[in-house]
Amino acid sequence: MVLGFTYALPNLYPTQPSIQVAYTDSGKSADQILLNELEEILDNDSISYQEIFLRENKIVIKFNSLDDQLDSKTILQNKLLDKVIIALNLEPSTPDWLKDIGGQPVKLGLDLSGGVHFLLEVDIDTAQQGRLELLLDTYRKTFKEERIEFINSSIDDLKLFFEFKSKDSYNKALAKYRTDSPGISGLQYIITERPSANILLLEYSDIALREIRDYAVGQNLMTLRNRVNELGVSEPIVQRQGANRIVVQLPGVQDPTAAKKIIGKTANLEFRLEANSRTSPLRKETFSFKEDEFMTASLEKAVVVSGDRVTNASTGFDESGFAQVNITLDMQGGRAMQKATSGNIGRKLAVLFVEQKSKSELVTNEQGESIIEQTTYIEKNIISLATIQAVLGTSFRITGVGSPQEASELALLLRAGALAAPMKFVEERTVGPSLGKENIELGMKSIMMGLALVIIFMTVYYRVFGLAANISLLINLVLITGIMSLLGATLTLPGIAGIVLTVGMAVDANVLIFARIREELKEKDPQTAIRDGFSRAFITIFDANVTTLIAALILYVIGTGPVKGFAITLSIGIVTSMFTAIMCTRAMVNIVYGNKNIKVLKI
Amino acid sequence: MNIRFQFMKYRKIAGIASIILFSISVFSLSFRGLSLGLDFSGGTLVEVTYETPVELESIRKTLTDNGFEDSQVVNFGTNLDVLIKVADQNGNSSIGEAVYNLLNEKGYKGELKRVEFVGPQVGSELRDQGGLGMLVALFMILMYVAFRFQYKFALGAVTALGHDVVIILGLFSIFAWDFDLTVLAALLAVIGYSLNDTIVVSDRIRENFRIQRDMEPMQMIDLSLNQTLGRTIVTSLTTLLVLFALFIFGGEMIKGFSLALILGVMVGTYSSIYVVANMLMSLTLIQEDLAIPEPEGAEFDELP
Repeated sequence: MVLGFTYALPNLYPTQPSIQVAYTDSGKSADQILLNELEEILDNDSISYQEIFLRENKIVIKFNSLDDQLDSKTILQNKLLDKVIIALNLEPSTPDWLKDIGGQPVKLGLDLSGGVHFLLEVDIDTAQQGRLELLLDTYRKTFKEERIEFINSSIDDLKLFFEFKSKDSYNKALAKYRTDSPGISGLQYIITERPSANILLLEYSDIALREIRDYAVGQNLMTLRNRVNELGVSEPIVQRQGANRIVVQLPGVQDPTAAKKIIGKTANLEFRLEANSRTSPLRKETFSFKEDEFMTASLEKAVVVSGDRVTNASTGFDESGFAQVNITLDMQGGRAMQKATSGNIGRKLAVLFVEQKSKSELVTNEQGESIIEQTTYIEKNIISLATIQAVLGTSFRITGVGSPQEASELALLLRAGALAAPMKFVEERTVGPSLGKENIELGMKSIMMGLALVIIFMTVYYRVFGLAANISLLINLVLITGIMSLLGATLTLPGIAGIVLTVGMAVDANVLIFARIREELKEKDPQTAIRDGFSRAFITIFDANVTTLIAALILYVIGTGPVKGFAITLSIGIVTSMFTAIMCTRAMVNIVYGNKNIKVLKI
Repeated sequence: MNIRFQFMKYRKIAGIASIILFSISVFSLSFRGLSLGLDFSGGTLVEVTYETPVELESIRKTLTDNGFEDSQVVNFGTNLDVLIKVADQNGNSSIGEAVYNLLNEKGYKGELKRVEFVGPQVGSELRDQGGLGMLVALFMILMYVAFRFQYKFALGAVTALGHDVVIILGLFSIFAWDFDLTVLAALLAVIGYSLNDTIVVSDRIRENFRIQRDMEPMQMIDLSLNQTLGRTIVTSLTTLLVLFALFIFGGEMIKGFSLALILGVMVGTYSSIYVVANMLMSLTLIQEDLAIPEPEGAEFDELP
């Protein structure tokens, strides 16, 4: 109980306006140098702050007023530009001794704090298609090298199709497939043989598919984390959910459109050389520019480097004061870039922006009704076409990228990296800050009103015993808060409803006990009646609560977000109410009536 | 022992009332269905708050004129709050922003309170999961009650729960109240609550069957119901008190939730008296059913 009270304490301390400063480059952690720099800037502008310290990879600065918080953000951002990301936050003012033992206030769900919740689904089929294309290329090459002759090859319905010239080639290819198939975790391929037509079909096994999926989701998770960091949100959540979904929660974000624009950019980038007179028509493609769709350019089909090789990108200004983007590639990307540019100085290098888009069309279905059908397609546009001035390596720059605004947008896209597979939004919930505040107020009001009604009723109906039950009820509320804090559970609006419901149901155990004592009183003396009343009612209370707990646990498993919050408070409430109703009320009754010779017991 | 109120005298009337209510609910559920909330139907919902009341009809017209034909526009709580629901358009997730921007452009400038978008796939998954969860809950409770009491009690308890759930669903169907995830949560809580009641009554019946060996089953059940009546009324009353507080002060977002719980507590209290007892009577509970005394260990393993 002492534990419960201690951990409920952090909720009493108010929150304090603060800012969190982190380096834009997510690979770099904030350090003492940055801290000193920030301190100097704030001191120069004589902005008063309460505390400045380093936590994990961020620097946290606490302020006494909201004005100071906003002023300092503006000043710092102006001085340091896009070197750092600054997020506004409300820091709990939990005292150090409480923090040391892990005390923290209850976390608020998005429906209470306001913010955005996204659920994204990773398109595994596209990832698989990509892998198959790679595999097709590899086998075409291998078969050519090993003189295995084939007439046709393609990818059909996520299957690799090869038609061979002779039985001999067919058998050799089959043997090749079979030696390649075993992986670390099991067979990678499912091979369908059609010996009569000399055709082999190959598809990925479930094990291989799982690996592809895990890789794609893992990769996208990382990319999303980086993108979310760019948004400068103080406590974001980016988590995998189920097989191929990712949850993104951004508390306090007020503009969902902007957040979606950054997160939802299912973009990839390709660096390609511009086609010249020697490029065969079969090996070039024509694309339009992103800025102006009537302007086009022909590029080579071969991709020099794709966006996932970009390790960093930042904005800067060239000698004549125009915006430019500085790009750093990884080793492999650098080597490919060097190879491609070494013989091609003077030619142009294009950056292609690959975007998954969807369009809605009015079509007529089988029943003859007009419905809106949405199809997704991939659009590739040129975002930059620049002349190669020297042999490029791991780091180079692109000039002539337009306004500083456009340059920083391009840099952000390059930096955020490529997604391993496209994603789409399957769920989105945005709660405005005013609604969050309103929900807290309404929730607290309901708890207070419910509590008051129950307390009045119990006191009138059961007198002294009612008072004991009421005190137990209050202790119960504190315990729920304490345990929620201790577990780091999230409080949501239905969670508050769960607490309200617990308030109503918690007295049930006491009512059962009191009713039992009343009955026992008819035959026994008061002391025995109290003792037997408690022990007899226990079994009933236990059975009744276990079943509610079962329902609450199932709710926890099937529920998402806010409903999970209800299941949590309800479960915790059931356990604590059993404890308080039995132990606390007993203790209080013992204090009042224990060791006394009572003649008449009023209950 | 005094039997103040002969519940079992009215058991036939109660039985018929239950069957009628149950049938109407099933009928409405199968012909009208539930008006599924966004969580289950999929689609987009936008809540905007205005400083002065706006004409819903003109908002409707604006939306229809701009390609959002299949949309519902209603007030939410006060006449300053407007709730717009747009049916799913093949998983397009940016309809919410589009609607809000459109309204702002057309002069309906308000503050965006919330946008919710649920894709069709997520909606149907939640639907399946919810139904499955409900069945699992009923089954596990059946097992627990059968293990702690006896299968006749378990059948009685689960019939009572099924009765409660179907009637509440029926009411939601008849009045076309929105059935969303929070209402489903409330329904599961009702299962828990109604059971709570049922178990207290069953517990007493079991106890009386063991002590009072010379009583008719019908009298025995009446006696047990009378003994637990005080507790049943007090608990239902305190729970209803807090639920009404929640219903009145809790705001629009949990109106459906508290409504389902209020109905649940009422129906649950009734069913734990009549449905369970009726089932026990028709299954002819006899002394031998409870002959073997169970070990009643008083373990305090739930201490935090």
